[in-house]
Amino acid sequence: MTRPLTLFWQRIRQLSGDDAYERYLAHYAEHHADAGAPAPLTRAAFFKQWQDQKWTGIKRCC
Amino acid sequence: MKAFASRAGWAALALLGAAALAHVAMARGETLNALWLITAAVCVYLIAYRFYAAWIAANVLAIDATRATPAERLNNGRDYVPTNRWVVFGHHFAAIAGPGPLVGPTLAAQFGYLPGTLWILIGAVLGGAVQDMVTLFLSTRRNGRSLGQMARDEIGAIGGTAAMIGTFLIMIILIAVLGLVVVNAMKHSPWGTSTVAATIPIAMLVGVYMRYLRPGRVLEASLLGVVLLLASVVFGGWVDHHPVLGALFDHEGLPLAFGVIVYGFAAAVLPVWLLLAPRDYLSTFMKLGTVLMLAIAILWLRPEIHMPAITPFIDGTGPIFGGKLFPFVFITIACGAISGFHALIASGTTPKLITSECDIRMIGYGAMLLESFVAIMAMIAATVLEPGVYFAINSPAGVVGKEALDAVNTISSWGYEVTVAQMQHLASAMGENTLFARTGGAPSLAVGMASILGTVFGEHLLALWYHFAIMFEAIFILTTLDAGTRVGRFMLQDMLGNLHPKLGETSYTPSVILTSALVVAGWGYFLYIGVIDPNGGVNILWPLFGIANQMLAAIALSVATGVLIKSSKLSKAWMTGMPLMWLLTITTTAAYEKICSDDVRVGFFAAANDLSYKLSSGLLPPEKAAVAPQLIFNQQLDAWLTLFFVLMLWVVVLDMLRMSWRTLTGQSVLPSSETPYVVSRLN
Repeated sequence: MTRPLTLFWQRIRQLSGDDAYERYLAHYAEHHADAGAPAPLTRAAFFKQWQDQKWTGIKRCC
Repeated sequence: MKAFASRAGWAALALLGAAALAHVAMARGETLNALWLITAAVCVYLIAYRFYAAWIAANVLAIDATRATPAERLNNGRDYVPTNRWVVFGHHFAAIAGPGPLVGPTLAAQFGYLPGTLWILIGAVLGGAVQDMVTLFLSTRRNGRSLGQMARDEIGAIGGTAAMIGTFLIMIILIAVLGLVVVNAMKHSPWGTSTVAATIPIAMLVGVYMRYLRPGRVLEASLLGVVLLLASVVFGGWVDHHPVLGALFDHEGLPLAFGVIVYGFAAAVLPVWLLLAPRDYLSTFMKLGTVLMLAIAILWLRPEIHMPAITPFIDGTGPIFGGKLFPFVFITIACGAISGFHALIASGTTPKLITSECDIRMIGYGAMLLESFVAIMAMIAATVLEPGVYFAINSPAGVVGKEALDAVNTISSWGYEVTVAQMQHLASAMGENTLFARTGGAPSLAVGMASILGTVFGEHLLALWYHFAIMFEAIFILTTLDAGTRVGRFMLQDMLGNLHPKLGETSYTPSVILTSALVVAGWGYFLYIGVIDPNGGVNILWPLFGIANQMLAAIALSVATGVLIKSSKLSKAWMTGMPLMWLLTITTTAAYEKICSDDVRVGFFAAANDLSYKLSSGLLPPEKAAVAPQLIFNQQLDAWLTLFFVLMLWVVVLDMLRMSWRTLTGQSVLPSSETPYVVSRLN
């Protein structure tokens, strides 16, 4: 019963970017976690970068 | 057995759709229930999606589920990320659906509900959705390249340059006309103005919240913002009745226009996190929420449409904009039927998120159908109004007269009864001083939405619903204005960077200020002229925007047709060639009429000559004579601009035909820029 609701909530978070940092950490752990790699960004630093990048280029239409 | 049930189901749906459509087209009673329109639209969309879109995906594009998408191959966790298809659909829809599908149908309702509705349905199914899906497909096969780059790679340098210049100019005109819509909605409305003004500090607060107070907590911050926005609508009612504050927010069009211009400059120079990004969150939530609410309200209420199917104004004498049904209904409704701008989104962020090629149909074709549905709802909201009321709100004072009594007499003489008392009653119910000559589409849409939502969710709250609708439109118009100015700035910096490298640096402050000022001056000029024009400005700017937008769509379809012919799919190239030919026809006819027509409400030169004649013979009252030289210059400028658009369009199409001819006769052409096949490891 709660599964569809959980899934819906996950989609909403993903759509809005609410879970972007968690996804970044997961991506980091999977691809860049080898020894000697720089530590992952903090939540605040990641969000800055993510937001600045999101708004370059045409993102909204008529 | 299952296959039979499925076939029977689709056949029943087809019959239902045909019956609803026939009823919409043939009904000539006093009123028509809006449910007929909704039923016809939904059946058309479902059938087109199930059969036409599926056929295109399988047989024309040859979608390949085993082929790795750029999101998979180039996954970097940032811009290239394989993403769930519903999430991509949401992003894509939020990006393509702006104020266009709300404003266009509202204006085109002057021809009656039928022409606009048919064009929204047919245009979307055979044109707009095809363009979006094919562009998305081509870009996905090319690592998410932009339309301009694809035009350059596949056809030649001319197409690429035309797409770039076209995009830039559309942006300028689009922002000007949207700015005009907001200004007309705020004119002498302290409630509306204070609510729209309140969205700025609210957005900033949300921006600070998600940047510094609770970094990255997007949903939390947005919820806070939405609550504050709703509070600002209620608060605006209090401001309206306040003797001092009410006067502070009560303005003529011109000061409001300058306010919007100053705001636009500030928004382009300020960091994105402070204003643009948080405002975008709020506008996206508002947009999705309101569209859903309106759909539920229409289904629940099933309002009657009072506008006739076809009005006499199809002969070109309509008060809202001049010009005959053909070609102007097709120019007025761009977004919602076919919008070239979508090709820029479909070749921007979206292709970099697609996990599997199989998702392209749902995202490209499906999202456009949903936008088309929004346009149908806007058409319903405009046509549920009594036609007399609709024309009183949307006709500029220059056409029906400045005094309320003149306006109602003119409108009633067309056979659409309306009285001054009725308009006064309506205005006071909506919490406005007047609703006469509130052009631009936003106020009449807000009245329509308020009367639909008010019946379901509380009749005594009409004024609140009206201002909620105004706030809802203003917030995403301002988002488009911010985002568009910024994009214009980047494009200009890119172009200027070729002349002087330092100017091309996006973080070099003098360049930022210079290019932002240039872009704002560009749209600010058209906005200023639109406000001082007694005919309302919408009459000039909206067709110009429509022509420019359809031109961009034609460029996108040229690229698609060229690629199909190049990849030996000539026999299937009609799929994009047919909408392309239609766009060429309507854009060229509209441009010809806007340039050459003798009708002063259609032809730019005719209007300029008429005005110079009146000015030189002293026929104009002093306040009109003062602005006449500017209006004359503007009409001439608009004529040249239109000519430029249509020439550019033909150059691209002829270049595509040249390339196709070379392909078919076996001569050398640019090689395909499609990335080689790599097998997908997902699934």
